[in-house]
Amino acid sequence: MAEVKNKEARIGVFLCHCGTNIAGTIDIEAVKEYAKTIPNVVVADNYAYMCSTPGQNKIADAIKEQNLTGVVVAACTPRLHEPTFRNATKAGGLNPFRFEMANIRDQNSWVHMHQPEEATSKAKDAVRIAVAKASLLEDLVPKSVPVEKTAMVVGGGVGGMQAALDLANAGIKTYLVEKNPTIGGRMSQLDKTFPTLDCSQCILTPKMVDVYRNENIELLTYTEVEAVEGYIGNFDVTLRKKARGVITPAEAEARGIVGGGCTGCGDCATVCPVIKPNPFELGMAPRKAIYIYHPQVSPLIYTVDFDACVKCGLCVESCGEKKAVDLDMKDELMTVKVGTVVLALGYDIFPIEKKFEWGYKNYDNVITSLEFERLICASGPTGGHLVRPSDGATPKRVAFVLCAGSRDNTGVGKPYCSRFCCMYSLKHAHQIIEKIPGVVPYIFYMDIRSFGKMYEEFYYRIQDEGAKFIRGRVANILEDPKTKNLHVNAEDTLLGRPVDMEVDLVVLAAAIQPAAETEKTRRLFGVSCSQDGWLLEAHPKLNPCGTTTAGVYLAGVCQGPKDIPDTVAQAEGAASAASIPIHRGEVELEPYFAQCMEDKCAGCGMCVPQCPYSALALVEKDGRTVMQVTEAKCKGCGTCGGFCPGGAIWMQHFATPQIIAQIDAFLLGGEQ
Amino acid sequence: MADENWNPKIIAIICNWCSYAGADLAGGARIQYPPDIRAIRVMCTGRIDPLFILKAFQDGADGVLVSGCHFGDCHYLEGNFKAAKRMFLLKSVLKNIGLDDKRLRMTFVSASEGAKWGSVMTDVVKTINELGPSPLKEFAK
Repeated sequence: MAEVKNKEARIGVFLCHCGTNIAGTIDIEAVKEYAKTIPNVVVADNYAYMCSTPGQNKIADAIKEQNLTGVVVAACTPRLHEPTFRNATKAGGLNPFRFEMANIRDQNSWVHMHQPEEATSKAKDAVRIAVAKASLLEDLVPKSVPVEKTAMVVGGGVGGMQAALDLANAGIKTYLVEKNPTIGGRMSQLDKTFPTLDCSQCILTPKMVDVYRNENIELLTYTEVEAVEGYIGNFDVTLRKKARGVITPAEAEARGIVGGGCTGCGDCATVCPVIKPNPFELGMAPRKAIYIYHPQVSPLIYTVDFDACVKCGLCVESCGEKKAVDLDMKDELMTVKVGTVVLALGYDIFPIEKKFEWGYKNYDNVITSLEFERLICASGPTGGHLVRPSDGATPKRVAFVLCAGSRDNTGVGKPYCSRFCCMYSLKHAHQIIEKIPGVVPYIFYMDIRSFGKMYEEFYYRIQDEGAKFIRGRVANILEDPKTKNLHVNAEDTLLGRPVDMEVDLVVLAAAIQPAAETEKTRRLFGVSCSQDGWLLEAHPKLNPCGTTTAGVYLAGVCQGPKDIPDTVAQAEGAASAASIPIHRGEVELEPYFAQCMEDKCAGCGMCVPQCPYSALALVEKDGRTVMQVTEAKCKGCGTCGGFCPGGAIWMQHFATPQIIAQIDAFLLGGEQ
Repeated sequence: MADENWNPKIIAIICNWCSYAGADLAGGARIQYPPDIRAIRVMCTGRIDPLFILKAFQDGADGVLVSGCHFGDCHYLEGNFKAAKRMFLLKSVLKNIGLDDKRLRMTFVSASEGAKWGSVMTDVVKTINELGPSPLKEFAK
């Protein structure tokens, strides 16, 4: 911690026009002339785009010519261009941490567009505040830490599987953690994919097998993340392996049972007397208390539902010499060390019964589109025959209600577009036309959003096939109690008249929402979320896979609604981003560490419990008790520095004199 | 209100991860709010020594805003809890020295709450305008 020599500070101020984004509101010339009068400022300059190469060169050249000790750039936000200008500062031969940014765009010109005078005055203040800090900045050296050569992917849907495969194929040992007994996720519940009409299982199950067989992937199904410690390169993730009640052949071997372990034969389920609804079939088909979701599960290992199991022991008996069933199994905790993490947490279906006017769960013949997927799927509960739940009859008139809970500003549904409902509803219309002669699909829509490659063409095709499109949001659905037929009431906004359509079956294209575990998991990893609960990317345009927690990346719908191709693409992006620190072998941590000023430290130890990372400890040094910081554990929040009663903690880059100088510069300096 | 030419001097000390990002988002969405507040960025509201706020009032600040992440959302797990405890205590100190404790405010604005940041800004300026200049202003130098 260097002694700060304020008197010798020589600061350069560089003002960015950002085209007209800043200069259109703020009088840059006036701010520049003002900046020249601020103490310690030796040069003030401006340029249309400071972040461009000529702009950055101005900074580097001025550092050399004027022998600057600090640089201030007044431009957009440090969250966008702090790294850029730190590099420019470094290029001029100065330590990059001698740079300070004044935010005069995102927090000034853009939010005071109609008050140019006030905005200019605010910009002057912002520059003065930044100069005050820059005058006191010191050289800092980022700390390099080694990166563990393993990765973790949380979530075993198509996104998580793709990310795990990419990481594994890049030579990185990868843990794939999935809460369900099998990988596959939502995609394994779908019948066909749009617009190619590929069978979803047919393209997914080979990938599931690839994941299972990949030597670099350690597949941890029926496992949840319990706790996370550490930082990029060195995460310690504690996992809860839920008691499965069944052991794998490998586990059997470890227990000394020769040729034992589950082979997936299913003898146990045959004898099990307990019947429960199968969540994979959305409760439309039964399963036993010892079960698999469907025949293509990976790994092919049975699971005991201990909430339902009556411990009769018939399964143990039927398993015989394989001794795979262990009804006394308990949850196990395990901790793994990983360098980077990809979150692919997926989504749930919005509980559409909340939109009571559509009668889901009240009327037998109102179903959701995911239920439709299972009913139309050849491996589903009806063997692919679409039937009315009320009487098992084949429907001849089917209404599809789009934006069911999406684009809904009533406060009940979701304000956003769930993005893939238009396309799968078109696919559903195609599927019933193909399977049921004489059927008429009626699609109630607000807009058809067919945005992807070959999607618009698919839309035209479905129109030609005979689907009827009615532009209007469905007001309510009423059931005829005798026939169980449904009356769909809407306004046809193109013809400007009300519609009362009698149909046999209604399919609600229900909105999606973040998966139930998303909130808990994101908090464990310290990832933010947007207002609707989707995980927040580091930058919406330039860093859509990263998060604000270094070393944690996002893939798939957990970051926001997207279809399968976009999910897979983002998963590959996230895997690539997650592999970079691992392949580099080390990462630089921002050097915002706490330092103990031992001459001021009284050794009271009050700071020690303040640290959430246990980075502080009291030690004996030269016969005195003083605090000592373990830099590798310190994340630089400064909570200790804000608490120390003796002011004995120096927070690098956010030191008390630097912050006080900013406060003084605003309130005491400049145009009073 | 005392002086017609008086414009409130309000300082906001905000955390890098949530409120600063939320303020940036307000910019991206072009949400307009009064230009009377100057922001200082710290990594976490936990960094804020109550002395910073007392120094600001000593320097004649009319109001101080501390803004961080929502509880449970702190980038450093619990810095905002600790900041909130300190601000709570500090408010009683302010009352004891004769300052209206409404001059110090702590809010929780996440990185996705640009609109909320705009309304917080508007509301803080309104509160301080109603309170008028800080009685400590004449002692500031």
